Amino acid sequence: MNPSYLRPVIICAGLVAVWQTIVSVTGVPAFILPAPYSVLLAIVEDGGLLAGHAGVTFIEIALGLLLGVLLGAASGIAMSFFVPVRRWLFPVLVVSQAVPVFALAPILVLWLGFGIGSKVAMATLIIFFPVTAALYDGLRRTEPGLLDMARTMDAGRFAILRHVRLPMAMPAFASGIRIAAAVAPIGAVVGEWVGASSGLGALMIHANARSETDTMFAALFILAVMAVTLYFAIDLVLRRLITWQPETYSSDD
Amino acid sequence: MPTNGTLSQNLNAPSIEVSNARFAYGARPLFDGLNLVLEAGRWTCVLGPSGVGKSSLLRMIAGLLSGGNDTVVRCGDGSATAGRVAYMAQRDFLLPWLNVVDNATLGARLRGEAVDLDRANALLEAAGVGEAANAMPDELSGGMRQRVALVRTLMEDRPIVLMDEPFSALDAITRLKLQDLAVRLLADRTVLLVTHDPLEALRLGDRIFVMNGSPAGLGSPLEPAGRPPREAGAPDVLSGQARLLRELAEGGK
Repeated sequence: MNPSYLRPVIICAGLVAVWQTIVSVTGVPAFILPAPYSVLLAIVEDGGLLAGHAGVTFIEIALGLLLGVLLGAASGIAMSFFVPVRRWLFPVLVVSQAVPVFALAPILVLWLGFGIGSKVAMATLIIFFPVTAALYDGLRRTEPGLLDMARTMDAGRFAILRHVRLPMAMPAFASGIRIAAAVAPIGAVVGEWVGASSGLGALMIHANARSETDTMFAALFILAVMAVTLYFAIDLVLRRLITWQPETYSSDD
Repeated sequence: MPTNGTLSQNLNAPSIEVSNARFAYGARPLFDGLNLVLEAGRWTCVLGPSGVGKSSLLRMIAGLLSGGNDTVVRCGDGSATAGRVAYMAQRDFLLPWLNVVDNATLGARLRGEAVDLDRANALLEAAGVGEAANAMPDELSGGMRQRVALVRTLMEDRPIVLMDEPFSALDAITRLKLQDLAVRLLADRTVLLVTHDPLEALRLGDRIFVMNGSPAGLGSPLEPAGRPPREAGAPDVLSGQARLLRELAEGGK
């Protein structure tokens, strides 16, 4: 078997071994740190319950990701194409990043309620800025020589945006989407912690109140698997779609 | 091979007059009060060391750079150069997400015009890259990429062609081949070639100017005997090299 496939398996096995050793050696009570086996048992026994909550969280993440990427892309393009938008919006965006977005979670729940709306909004908010910044940056960095050539071809600004700047910015945009995929689950779960009736975050808060630490760990494990799977799936799709990178198009080699 | 008659459509190449050209970085002018006439349907070469301002002069003629208040760039028939100029740079600027044919027809795409695929394929064939029509740019060698860039320039079918060291990144043999190809395909057009290579200027130029000094000026032109492309070993090419090198060196003092 290929070592590169074997490596993650070995790392996971190692971590579980360390975990089990800590539990065995220190004799820490199960409501502080449950053994790996009891967490596995919780996953199996509460499978239906966990799956239900995981589904809610997944929908929140997916919707947040979709909205955040769409809105971020729109504002990145608008800032690059319209000078007044850039002058007025960019300072606002930068200053808005000084507000800790997680501190907004209670306000979002107050405004949008305990349903998935407030969690989607939370995820969208934290995704919006990295996506906007990545795409705007990519759009700004088009080769000047390429723009010269397009201008001598009598291309209009919109044609240059569509045929040259946007495709050229796709690798940078993809980096923004990868960051978004990594942080979207955080937004959704923080939203659930603050106030929700369903979702993995809500399940963890309930389990915590009842000292069902093994359920907490089970929820955490599912969340981690979901986040990692989502990230790699998106990374794979982006790699397939965008085969050009800035460095491969240089003719200097 | 198709004749030039089928490959080019609206050739009525004008001469170009540049008078009182001025360009400055800050307070220090690169050139000031510079005059240049590009004769109709012929190759004019401007030879000079790096940083002397020859690319700026070319960009000014292309309409990419505005000169001083007194600067006038116009065609011999009195009209402006806008829309009659094709531009080819040192780097090929092939778009990595488009295949060879799509790159060659980029101009029509940018202007939202119908793409003339027959003409593109005929020109690619004439340039010796007909086989690679569906290849992606990163599959091509540097010489082939520059051939495609030359075809893209020709697809513009402009009477004036401005070339900024288009062959300088190529190895010696490939450079010679591309020079021959360019002379063949650009017949009857008004061409300005900016280069730092005396041999290239002597092989291709009907008139050769040395651009030198600070602020830079143009000397009296050298007009080698015979039609381009001249043999690298032709007497006028050899004696011309000595003279051009001497003039370049004198300006460097």
